[in-house]
Amino acid sequence: MTDIKYESKGSLLRPFKALAFLGREPVTEPMGPRPASENYRGFHLNDWEKCIGCGTCKKICDNQAIRMVSIPDLPADPVKGIRAERPAMDYGRCCWCGLCVDLCPTGSLSLSREYVHTCTEEQISSYFILPDPKGMHGQGYEKGWAKTADADLIDLERQPMHQLAPDERTDSFAEVVDGFDPQSALLEASRCIQCGMCHDACPSNMDAPQYIRAIWSDDLEAAIEHIYDTNPLAHVCGRVCTHRCESACSIGIRGKPLSIRWLKRYAMDQVGHDRVRDIVSKRKAPLPDSGKIAIIGAGPAGLTAAYDLALQGFQVTIYEGLPQGGGMTRYGIPEYRLPYNRLDDDIDIITSLGVVIHYDTWVGRDISMTQLEQDNDAVIVANGLHLGRSTRIPGSDHAQVYSAIDLLRKITLGEHFDIPQRAVVIGGGNVAMDIARSLLRLQQRTHGRTDVTVTTLEARDQMMAAADEIEEAEEEGVVIINSRGPRQCTVDKEVLTGLETVHCISVFDAEGRFHPQYDEDDLTLYGADMVVEAIGQAPDNDFLGELLTERLEWVRGRLKIDEEGRTSEPWLWAAGDAVEGPDVIHAIAGGHRVANSIQQHLASLRKASA
Amino acid sequence: MRPENYKSVEHPPSHEYELNFGPNHPGIEGNYALKVKLEGDVVTEAKADGGYLHRGFEKLMETRLWMQNIALVPRICVPDPVPMEVVYSLGVEELGGLEVPARAQWLRVLHLELSRIAAHLFTFGGHAATTGMYSNMFWGVTDRDYVLDLFEQMSGGRVYHMYNVPGGVRRDLPDGFLARVSELLDYLERRLPQYDDLFFANAVFIDRARGTGTLTQEQALSWGVTGPNLRACGLSFDVRRDDPYLVYDQLEFDIPTETAGDALARTLVRRAELIQSIRILRQVIARLPGIDGPIRCPLPNPLAWNVPMGEAYPRVESSKGELCFYLVSTGGDRPHRVHVRGPSSMHAVQVLERLSIGTRIEDVAQTMFSLDACPPEVDR
Repeated sequence: MTDIKYESKGSLLRPFKALAFLGREPVTEPMGPRPASENYRGFHLNDWEKCIGCGTCKKICDNQAIRMVSIPDLPADPVKGIRAERPAMDYGRCCWCGLCVDLCPTGSLSLSREYVHTCTEEQISSYFILPDPKGMHGQGYEKGWAKTADADLIDLERQPMHQLAPDERTDSFAEVVDGFDPQSALLEASRCIQCGMCHDACPSNMDAPQYIRAIWSDDLEAAIEHIYDTNPLAHVCGRVCTHRCESACSIGIRGKPLSIRWLKRYAMDQVGHDRVRDIVSKRKAPLPDSGKIAIIGAGPAGLTAAYDLALQGFQVTIYEGLPQGGGMTRYGIPEYRLPYNRLDDDIDIITSLGVVIHYDTWVGRDISMTQLEQDNDAVIVANGLHLGRSTRIPGSDHAQVYSAIDLLRKITLGEHFDIPQRAVVIGGGNVAMDIARSLLRLQQRTHGRTDVTVTTLEARDQMMAAADEIEEAEEEGVVIINSRGPRQCTVDKEVLTGLETVHCISVFDAEGRFHPQYDEDDLTLYGADMVVEAIGQAPDNDFLGELLTERLEWVRGRLKIDEEGRTSEPWLWAAGDAVEGPDVIHAIAGGHRVANSIQQHLASLRKASA
Repeated sequence: MRPENYKSVEHPPSHEYELNFGPNHPGIEGNYALKVKLEGDVVTEAKADGGYLHRGFEKLMETRLWMQNIALVPRICVPDPVPMEVVYSLGVEELGGLEVPARAQWLRVLHLELSRIAAHLFTFGGHAATTGMYSNMFWGVTDRDYVLDLFEQMSGGRVYHMYNVPGGVRRDLPDGFLARVSELLDYLERRLPQYDDLFFANAVFIDRARGTGTLTQEQALSWGVTGPNLRACGLSFDVRRDDPYLVYDQLEFDIPTETAGDALARTLVRRAELIQSIRILRQVIARLPGIDGPIRCPLPNPLAWNVPMGEAYPRVESSKGELCFYLVSTGGDRPHRVHVRGPSSMHAVQVLERLSIGTRIEDVAQTMFSLDACPPEVDR
């Protein structure tokens, strides 16, 4: 290319060369939309099947062009983390930056190659649309800007959690999981997109987004505040909660959900116990004596109800039959998952609010229900599920056949029993894993070798136990055999020799009912000097006494309660595993529920008498 | 017929008057105005009158998350948006300690130089129009559109690309893209002699531009002139070479200069720069396929991203001159303060006001276009 010198005078004739262009085709685009490029950022498309209504698009939108619209016809499932909401776009505001697409946790949102929209003044509302898979005018334009691995702004990976190696942990009940260090906790907390699916899924409606954001801001005391809004058993739930929150986490759809449980644990572990007690003590309302409440059972439900009621100025007394509090979280959950000093801390916070706990006090033996009714304004039954169910197979009455729940209680209490050389556990739930891993530790400690087999009725993918429990159990050396139905405990000359099993073809029938089918020809014997049954628990309701048992209404062996936790007796409420089945966070939710109901009930009584 | 009581009034001589030059005027770039006082057709006083395009970007950016601001910054300068995106990203990267992968750096250079070509073509068109040569304006706008086609393929948007983000870029190139860039460069090289015939070597244009809006180097330096306008005064300074960012230190290119400092010199510098941009792009096309790897470093969740406390003042060479962002973070999830040091706010205010004095009214528009001042960036 030639240079043009500044000194050049130019030419008067050269410009006329451009006249040659008169003979050429003009550079004119044809009328009608010109096809847009592959990556074009046009009007939105939203795959309603994939969209979960989390509202993350709304949060990242620069111009507040996105509004979440509730659509009643859509299925909503808080447990799975699906809301009946879909994003609506205001094209008077949208700038087509596509950040909504890049940050969409499900990948449902994309931009199409469609870009033309005009309307008359009367149709101005047509700029406000609810994108669906068909596009703005239903003309099926192709996708333009869509999610790519390169541009994804969601962090799909969890911060790694350090835990003891299998060989380091099997000879003691030392806690397996180390917990986050500050840096990993901050990074993990920063993954949260604040959609609140966890909040909706949590039976106790814990506001996880709030405390996660506080952890991210390194304001751990604020996190404690948020945690204690809805959960007084924060150490317990920070370690052994069944974390419905994580199952509902939006990020879990394409990646690993946030470690919400470990984050809660991190906040609790970092802020010292004394400080937590100070923070919680400030919540206690300076109210006059509001009434007297008796609670039967110092498990999660009873403790939660006691916490709520104590904060509201009630005099709360808990009667606990066992020597320490915590209920199943102490006598069912092994210490390698939940160190008991952490549980003691949780209970200490609650008793510091004025709650009195009478340990080793069995209602029905040491104090009668009639007495409790007379002395208190309300009574809460939160006795839990402390009886093990039996398979009732031949030989299951042998002395070396235990129920898992009895054995776990013995281990916590430090009661003596003969540590088996070879143990077989029946059951595929978390209790089965707990007892198998506990026995394995005791074997390692006593015999220096381990031999624990778990036989489950269910196939591997149907097992009730949490995936990490199964994984850790196997790492430690527990052998898990799936699809085996127990047939009999074989006894030779009054000595237990093992468990005979048959192949289980299917567990449930076509309607989903429990109805196992067996192949009787496929017999296998697992040799053992101890068999443990971990197939479920039942409540022990004998303490109620015959008269009261007679008066109360029951549903299939459980106390009948209404949605507020009231029994058929006006002074008696019930909560926890005994009425709702085993789950710590459900028990906590139940505790809140009855505490609420009692407050309202007593307030209305006071109002009526005033 | 005049009324009976009509009395003629003695008016002052009409050769002194005030004129609103813009904001709605074909000779002004965008929504911008000059209030000029004229004696005859010679300007005696000029006052820049901006604000018609004020959107408050600097303040708005304080209210938006670090990532959200990528949608805002390109709008500061409509004809040359890419340097805005890049300089903002460079600033956040500096504050946040982010390392931009090599491929992303090359992609940014590709994007930046395409933007420079598009911006210069636009300016040539505009400048020609102010001297009455509308054919060249149509050419410039049309050829710029071919660059916009490439932007659309690259980033999904023709004008506002929002392609650069802190940490890298948002998309890798579509298949066959570099070949299409190469075709466009071939086309532009064929077109340039035609532009020369019609415009750059046009005696009418040369005559009108020579001596119009002359700046001395000393004036240029004291008035904050940068970019092609400064290089047209004989000072060879270009941020790409003298304070290299991205991978400009690995590229070969010349810094064209002129000495006269007038409208013609400025235009000839831009013309030569366009040729240099083509040269840079040819090198990028040759090197880019050999540079693999990610196009962006891992980023924190944009909704929970606290950029560490500090301040940054990155600068890049935009088509209009030196562009800098002053970014302050107090460690929060959005900027504490953003200041845009754009070249056009110098060129369109203090420089244009002074250069207009003494020119004829018909040359005011040409002076502004020859300074390549961009009103949306003046106001921002």
